[in-house]
Amino acid sequence: MQQVATVRLDHITKRFGEGADEVTAVDDVTLEIDDHEFMILLGPSGCGKSTLLRMVAGLEDPTAGDVYIGDRRVNDVEPKQRDVAMVFQSYALYPHKTVQRNIEFPLKVRGVNKADRAAEARQAAEVLGLVDYMRRKPGQLSGGQRQRVALARAIVRRPAVFLMDEPLSNLDAKLRGDTRAELVDLHRRLDSTFLYVTHDQVEAMTMGSRVAVINKGRLEQLGPPQEVYDRPASTFVAQFIGTPPMNLLPDGLMGGSGVRVGIRPEHMQLSVSGRLEATVRQVEHLGHEVLLLTESAAGIRLVARVAPHIDLPVVDQQVRFDVADIHVHRFDTASGVRLP
Amino acid sequence: MKRRLRDLPPALAMLVPSMALLGVWTVYPLVKAIRTGHLDCNLTATKCRDVGWDRYVDVFTSRQFQDALMVSVKLALMTVPAGLLLGLGLAMLADKHLRGIGFFRTAFASTVATSVAVASLVWFVLLQPEIGVLSDLFSGWIPALKNPGLLRDPDTALPAIAVSSVWAGLGFTFIVISAGLQSVPKELYESALVDGAGSWRRFTNVTLPMVSPSLMFITVVLTTRALQTYGEVALLTQGGPNPERPTTTIPYLIYGEESLIRNNLGLKSAAAVLLFLICLVFALLQFRMFDKRVQYSR
Repeated sequence: MQQVATVRLDHITKRFGEGADEVTAVDDVTLEIDDHEFMILLGPSGCGKSTLLRMVAGLEDPTAGDVYIGDRRVNDVEPKQRDVAMVFQSYALYPHKTVQRNIEFPLKVRGVNKADRAAEARQAAEVLGLVDYMRRKPGQLSGGQRQRVALARAIVRRPAVFLMDEPLSNLDAKLRGDTRAELVDLHRRLDSTFLYVTHDQVEAMTMGSRVAVINKGRLEQLGPPQEVYDRPASTFVAQFIGTPPMNLLPDGLMGGSGVRVGIRPEHMQLSVSGRLEATVRQVEHLGHEVLLLTESAAGIRLVARVAPHIDLPVVDQQVRFDVADIHVHRFDTASGVRLP
Repeated sequence: MKRRLRDLPPALAMLVPSMALLGVWTVYPLVKAIRTGHLDCNLTATKCRDVGWDRYVDVFTSRQFQDALMVSVKLALMTVPAGLLLGLGLAMLADKHLRGIGFFRTAFASTVATSVAVASLVWFVLLQPEIGVLSDLFSGWIPALKNPGLLRDPDTALPAIAVSSVWAGLGFTFIVISAGLQSVPKELYESALVDGAGSWRRFTNVTLPMVSPSLMFITVVLTTRALQTYGEVALLTQGGPNPERPTTTIPYLIYGEESLIRNNLGLKSAAAVLLFLICLVFALLQFRMFDKRVQYSR
């Protein structure tokens, strides 16, 4: 029977440095991660998402606020007593130990006897397809295999919470895609709580049950990936999620004064009577779709995503776009916050 | 192939300076010493006769050389582990991110800028039984400090030299191990911490294996240095106190003013060649011993 592994961050603030050098890495973040949830912390580099994760692990102390794992406040609890396992971006494998010894290490530290250690390590290795590599050292493995060893070392302890700090960022694109699916599968099999840090919106969209978007140390939006995509809470989220990002019109255009309108590229419809006029600057054929990179007379760049089979405009051609009202996002110009 | 031939003249030209230095200062003296080791000369070296390779066996098995070898080995056994442990300890202390740590780093490394002669003089004054600070402060615990003085007591003279030698070498050891420590990825410690490893386990599972190449390098260098100890002996004890000669190391036997063989060029050369071979054997043994255990790759 597994313990309840909710993670609750209550008004967490973290500052580094002193005086003029003081930097606020995390600014009053409150966040609750449900038991068995796959929560993604998404944001650009330097936004404070890794610092948040490290505070859950116990590698950093919050300047203010409380961290709870289950019902227990863990601010003053040593990392090893928090029942968390962490997978590092660099994998942090012990280069002098074999794969087997790496995986066994957390158990050895906890005084598990040799036979049980070997059995548990083997089980973890089976889950991750590492059985044939147990006697090798990390230096003799590929990047993907090392990443699996790091995962195996995390799961062997059966922790309540898994903390992952950009675990896929050192893999090539193909491997990253495969491993994404495997991690989702692993989460389902382990039935544990995952807290996963990434700057990759594709990982955020495809893996998480919920996404917490973080910018400049603050929580910008929290919700299921599709909701975050469909109803971005701010201009930051609107532009951070989606490739290419949402078109943001200048203040007043299509909206009233003090309002900025945003339109996703896929909602830009070519139409002879459209409200937006622009000149095509570039046509990018991506196979399954085509991106039209255009610029209005006022110098506003607009990107449209259109189907490849339609009668495409050519470079320097004048085009008009229209957009259905339900696809118009409205933001407050001053604060960037979404308007109802 | 053609390209290689064309590159040959400039390559040779660039090698000439170092080859010349190596030849003049290392190869020629070594060959000359090996030759001189065969010779039995009169006092002014005006008349010599060749006594052959047996000379080396005679010197090696002589009581003086055996005694000096024992002294050198004892000195190595005293200085190498102590130097390693202290260097590692200081380097680990200085690796902490504390306020004002820069001062201590500089202080720990400062003996690098101190010559053996200066270091020996400092210790000579410190250990001086009549005016030395150490004798004044600690003679209550260690009476030998005052009477007769550590350097004048045959039982304590060598340990006293070892202390001076360790101190003089500490800066170098500290710098090399510090560099090794700084290259250890921080995540390894953090990962061990989250996995539940205490400070001792982090030391044995992360620190030690990760700095093992530095430790091996230091061990070889310190051993060679200990076997070649001359300056400390010449300045602190002149190989004495006599008649026991408990601090006559092999180099002191070779060069020392008070050496029993100071006037015999042939014997001295033979002893020098033997010392070279002994250092070589030690270094090779250490490389063999460590090579399997040292962690080089990431």
